Amino acid sequence: MKLVVIAGPPSAGKTAVVRQILRNLGTGEKAAYLKIDVVRAFEDEELATEFSIPTRKVYSGDLCPDHAGIMVMADALRWAEKEEASILIVESAGLCLRCSPYVTQALGIVVLSAVSGTHAPLKMGPMIGLADVAVVTRIDLVSQAEKEVFREGIREVAPEIEIVETNAVQGTGMRYLLRRIAEADEVRDAATVELRGVPPLGVCTVCVGKKEIGWQHHFGVVRRLGDAGNLFRGD
Amino acid sequence: MDLQVTEITVLPGRDKNGETEHFDRIVIRPGETLAIVGPTGSGKSAFINDIEVFARDDTVTGRTVLVNGAIPPDDYVRDPAKKPIALITQNTKCLADLKVAAFLEMHVRSRKIEGDEIISETIALANEFTGEKITPGARMTSLSGGQTRSLMVADAILVGSTPVIILDEVENAGIFKDRVIEVLRRYQKAVVFVTHDPLVALMCDRRVVMRNGTVVRVIEHTDSEDEALSAVKKMDGILCRLRERIRAGEAITGGVQAV
Repeated sequence: MKLVVIAGPPSAGKTAVVRQILRNLGTGEKAAYLKIDVVRAFEDEELATEFSIPTRKVYSGDLCPDHAGIMVMADALRWAEKEEASILIVESAGLCLRCSPYVTQALGIVVLSAVSGTHAPLKMGPMIGLADVAVVTRIDLVSQAEKEVFREGIREVAPEIEIVETNAVQGTGMRYLLRRIAEADEVRDAATVELRGVPPLGVCTVCVGKKEIGWQHHFGVVRRLGDAGNLFRGD
Repeated sequence: MDLQVTEITVLPGRDKNGETEHFDRIVIRPGETLAIVGPTGSGKSAFINDIEVFARDDTVTGRTVLVNGAIPPDDYVRDPAKKPIALITQNTKCLADLKVAAFLEMHVRSRKIEGDEIISETIALANEFTGEKITPGARMTSLSGGQTRSLMVADAILVGSTPVIILDEVENAGIFKDRVIEVLRRYQKAVVFVTHDPLVALMCDRRVVMRNGTVVRVIEHTDSEDEALSAVKKMDGILCRLRERIRAGEAITGGVQAV
């Protein structure tokens, strides 16, 4: 079974990309779909109705959605296996851009909107840097020069990443993404799947319920991805 | 740029009822102009999008687009530096949050073009197309529709240097359209206009007539339309001058003079 992890900021067109993948999968393929979100999600119900595939969703609630994804990934693989799926598509909530939800033995896809501004790629380092493919949506809304400048922004973050430009509603350019999925490896051993990047090491006092403002009320260790230095403030 | 691109061929797809479209092939060559006409919703945008993505029976229309008579290599679609087509969209709200010079600089850099003159040349060419002067320090997001469109056309000619340019409703932007057509001809571009404008449509070498998602007719420009064309040119001249007077805040009293 193949594992495809789809990430990207809210409203970038992740579900539209999932729809195109499902619509164009080969006849021998059977997909399963898992949506990870914080409080509400409808994609699982919509896609189950539309494509008659097994779907699930997980609400992370107080936990960050990428963390929730890590917790449930092994269970999700077992579930998809039981459903006899040949491909499991996991769509993240795409909220926090400090870490990335991609795991090993999977194909990591980041979805970005061409209309999100030149600096958008620079603002989501790990989400792009650790992905295999960047899918740029709403490409029909920008002119050629803008496309190229947006591409340049992505390449600044990830020089080697494969870029697929698409109007995800129409599905133009999707053949390149489908080809990449067709060529992707299978999950070899679900027990050894792990995160690709080192997540930020954070102990957040807000998450444990402290409401006071100011350094003196809070403590924590914050380390950014790919950054060896620690920042420690408060007690 | 790939100088070897000598023609783009559009092969027929299917209309909304699954019937094959009524044309053999539509070929566009450098220096030629093609107008796509038809009512709103008739499939004009789908037609140019097919060309732009080099459709291979993988879009809703089922059309196929060839370059020099063959399926183009992947590079033509995926590597912007090798892509022979630039589409200037109707949505002129440029979304890049950069200053004009920085935007062009980034594009020039992505194309690995040497020398700085190209940026000022591009801005100067863009200023030939628009009455409102574009400055290098202006923010892309603050440009008007006409300014953005002018800049994108100039960029496609000089920076992108693509042999084929597609313009979606150039007339809507308050841009000197006859000047654009003249410059594109001078640079030997193959140009596709999606247009509702009689002058742009009649000036083109051919008109592709769309209806209900499909090509219903291709009209070659012949001498028989020259009389109409020169009449439309006159009318357009009148309207242009009138537009300038109205923009300048004049009260328009009495009749409108032809000369």
